[in-house]
Amino acid sequence: MDRFLDTFFNAEVLARYAPSILDGALVTVVLSVLIVLSGIGLGTLLACLRAYRIRPISFLIVIYADILRALPPLVVILVAYFGLPNVGVVLSASVVLYLVLTLVLAAFAEEIVWAGITSTPQGQWEAARSTGLGFTQALVWVVLPQAVRMVIPPLTNRAIAITKMTALGLVIGVPDILGNASTAQSFSANASPLTLAAIAYVILFLPFVIGSRWLEARFARPGA
Amino acid sequence: MARSPETTPTLEVRALHKAFGSEPVLRGIDLSVARSEMVFVLGPSGSGKSTMLRCCNRLEEPTSGEIFIEGDRLTGPGVNLNAMRQRVGMVFQSFNLYPHLTAMGNVTLALRRVQKKSRAEAEAIAAEALDKVGLSDRARHHPGQLSGGQQQRVAIARALALKPTVMLFDEPTSALDPELVGDVLAVMRDVKAAGMTMLVVSHEMGFAREAADRVIFMDGGRIVEQGPPDQVLGAPTHDRTRAFLRRFHA
Ligand SMILES: Nc1ncnc2c1ncn2[C@@H]1O[C@H](COP(=O)(O)OP(=O)(O)OP(=O)(O)O)[C@@H](O)[C@H]1O
Ligand SMILES: [Mg+2]
Repeated sequence: MDRFLDTFFNAEVLARYAPSILDGALVTVVLSVLIVLSGIGLGTLLACLRAYRIRPISFLIVIYADILRALPPLVVILVAYFGLPNVGVVLSASVVLYLVLTLVLAAFAEEIVWAGITSTPQGQWEAARSTGLGFTQALVWVVLPQAVRMVIPPLTNRAIAITKMTALGLVIGVPDILGNASTAQSFSANASPLTLAAIAYVILFLPFVIGSRWLEARFARPGA
Repeated sequence: MARSPETTPTLEVRALHKAFGSEPVLRGIDLSVARSEMVFVLGPSGSGKSTMLRCCNRLEEPTSGEIFIEGDRLTGPGVNLNAMRQRVGMVFQSFNLYPHLTAMGNVTLALRRVQKKSRAEAEAIAAEALDKVGLSDRARHHPGQLSGGQQQRVAIARALALKPTVMLFDEPTSALDPELVGDVLAVMRDVKAAGMTMLVVSHEMGFAREAADRVIFMDGGRIVEQGPPDQVLGAPTHDRTRAFLRRFHA
């Protein structure tokens, strides 16, 4: 029992590395928020572009979404981080992580929002167009708000899944929660920093998960 | 060419043809609706009633033929379609209210986004339109909180608020419980009394007899017979009209 406590809850180690993991938490939070905002934003934009049904553009969007959904994000992260400098693009590990996860989330968000757009009844378009709204206006004011409400559950689930992948930043040295905890673990030869990391993740992501429940309930209500 | 408003039809359809793929649905419709006239369209399922109506605001693109609103061409290239559509109000069988907006939001959307009116101005116009359909007290309700009859009246207010030249109704009461039909018909009666030009597809024979100025019977994509309601409904001259009406009286 003592061995267990010493390994996972060593008070001295916990106290020593708590500040560094707190710093890491800040990095994780900032990355997560940026990834969610830009990933969902970009994905929604692509889904809207696809609504115009201009063949070459739709084709490119589908290719993009399918490839990024097929590739393991870790592969993309490694390729980008170790490959880009060879073509003269040097980006920090954090920026690479941000860009890759944003593009991955955008690929999923595009497919999810697109499904919402196509399942909005045709009558909504017709009502909007019959009152003189143009295609873009009908999309923005009538169809998209309904489409987004409809897909909030899968969208939030996917956003949470992708933001948790910020932990993959470990492999390229992003100083986020796991990165800092892992460094601390090798210095101290003790697993307590990792325990702290797990606690930090729960504290950070539990509100997201609870928030997504709230969002789902809020928009599941008819007429809301 | 000078046109006087007295002789120019409010809605004029000339030689309208529509085919879906190789299947002709409208085979030459000629129709002229005068100002403040209410024209009722009857016909069996699949005869092309909805298609004709939908061509009148180009939700359906005619294969050939011409349509004019107060002498202004609606069909053909170079038409400002969004501007023209504001002159042709449309009421759908399934209401098609925007579920994410309140009744007020439904009515003000086009006023604000197309006519670029201020929020206050749009809401004043919408309040007036909702009052006309007897729903002033439901302005802040969402469609999901309204009965079918109330939803259809909001949809009428949405079309009415744009002050259209002509209004098209495609089976406006077919999706309603029988006890709610009367409220919607009462609103349509008021709209007519206010001088609106109306083209109505409906199977409400009683309403046709009482309110319509003219009844048109369509079959197979053509107008088979037309005239005053008493004549077409009471003493039809065509076999197909008689066969159709028998089903309703049976
Ligand atoms: N978008 C479409 N594509 C292909 N065929 C269509 C389309 N819309 C209508 N049709 C066909 O055109 C014909 C006329 O349809 P329309 O809806 O105008 O009939 P209607 O008189 O309104 O019938 P109902 O009383 O059932 O509403 C039908 O055979 C229908 O199947
Ligand atoms: Mg029909």
